Amino acid sequence: MEFDHSRPIYEQIVEEFKKKLIRKDLKPGGKIPSQRELAQEIKVNPNTVQRAYREMEQEGITQTLRGKGTFIIEDHNMIRRFKREMAEKALSGFLEEIEALGYGKEEIPSLIREHLQDQKNRGDRGTE
Amino acid sequence: MIQFKNVTKKYGKTRALDDISLDIGKGKITGLLGPNGSGKTTMIKLITDLNKPSLGEVLINREPISQEAKKHIAYLPEIDHFYPWMKIKDAKNFVKTFYEDWDEKMYEELLGFLELDGNMSIKKISKGQRAKAKLLLAFSRRADIILLDEPLSGIDIFTREKIIETMIKDYREGEQSIVITTHEIKEIEHVIDDAIFLNHGKIVLQGDVEQLRAEKNLSLVDLMKEVYGNGKEF
Repeated sequence: MEFDHSRPIYEQIVEEFKKKLIRKDLKPGGKIPSQRELAQEIKVNPNTVQRAYREMEQEGITQTLRGKGTFIIEDHNMIRRFKREMAEKALSGFLEEIEALGYGKEEIPSLIREHLQDQKNRGDRGTE
Repeated sequence: MIQFKNVTKKYGKTRALDDISLDIGKGKITGLLGPNGSGKTTMIKLITDLNKPSLGEVLINREPISQEAKKHIAYLPEIDHFYPWMKIKDAKNFVKTFYEDWDEKMYEELLGFLELDGNMSIKKISKGQRAKAKLLLAFSRRADIILLDEPLSGIDIFTREKIIETMIKDYREGEQSIVITTHEIKEIEHVIDDAIFLNHGKIVLQGDVEQLRAEKNLSLVDLMKEVYGNGKEF
């Protein structure tokens, strides 16, 4: 796992679990590695992994069953919520960059439409 | 757990540490960071009680450093402190007789993990292997406090990674306290809980690394550049 060291690492660990749920690499009810296993695997301070797991438990993503391990909660709605959350994040990043180029908010929808159209045309010609 | 109270350390006219006060938390991995001559090694040596402060005091669990407290400290010095004629296992037997918290099982396991052999002769092994041997002996003890003085300096990247993995591998979170001094900030970004930046014997910045990231949107490497001007010395 590659980290962006300018952002808290525990947050990125939580995000990675959310992404795994969105991509269906991980399913509600599924078991996740123990804190120690994950710390060794991604080579991160065990205290940081502990923080990420605490965060996930508080956010209602996981629950720890004594003696059995940590599991993803059986809640399929939460995945839709994460998807939306990630989309919002990607969009704000995108908007920030586009606005920095000097485009006004009202120009953005047409920019996107044109881009999608171009992509589609290229796809139709079979060069995609 | 380790407390510095208005500590000044003078060597002749030089102030290696200048009125330092801080608390190193229990159960955390703390990085002492800063350029050469900033006071990192001096701080470590004061915790080992090998050196005494000129002014102020260093406390462990709110008490002056006692013989009893020292039994629970493992110290990896920057210099090679083993006799060159020794084999790794001789050095091991030497350390083992001094400390009750020696863990032979851990030693055997780490020996394999670090790809070392007890029969290797210290004068014949490479610099990287010597660095690993030092680490082996520090981490084969169930010490509450582990002090690592520049364990990564002058060593190739693979060995550095192996050393960091060793630190994390059997780390008893919340219990064991590790203090590490280093220039190789990039390598320990994801390893330390707290950072203490030193310059000319003073603390210029300290804090919980995750919190510093959240507040400043900077990696430790970039934070370091900000703290020390342009980071020329690194």
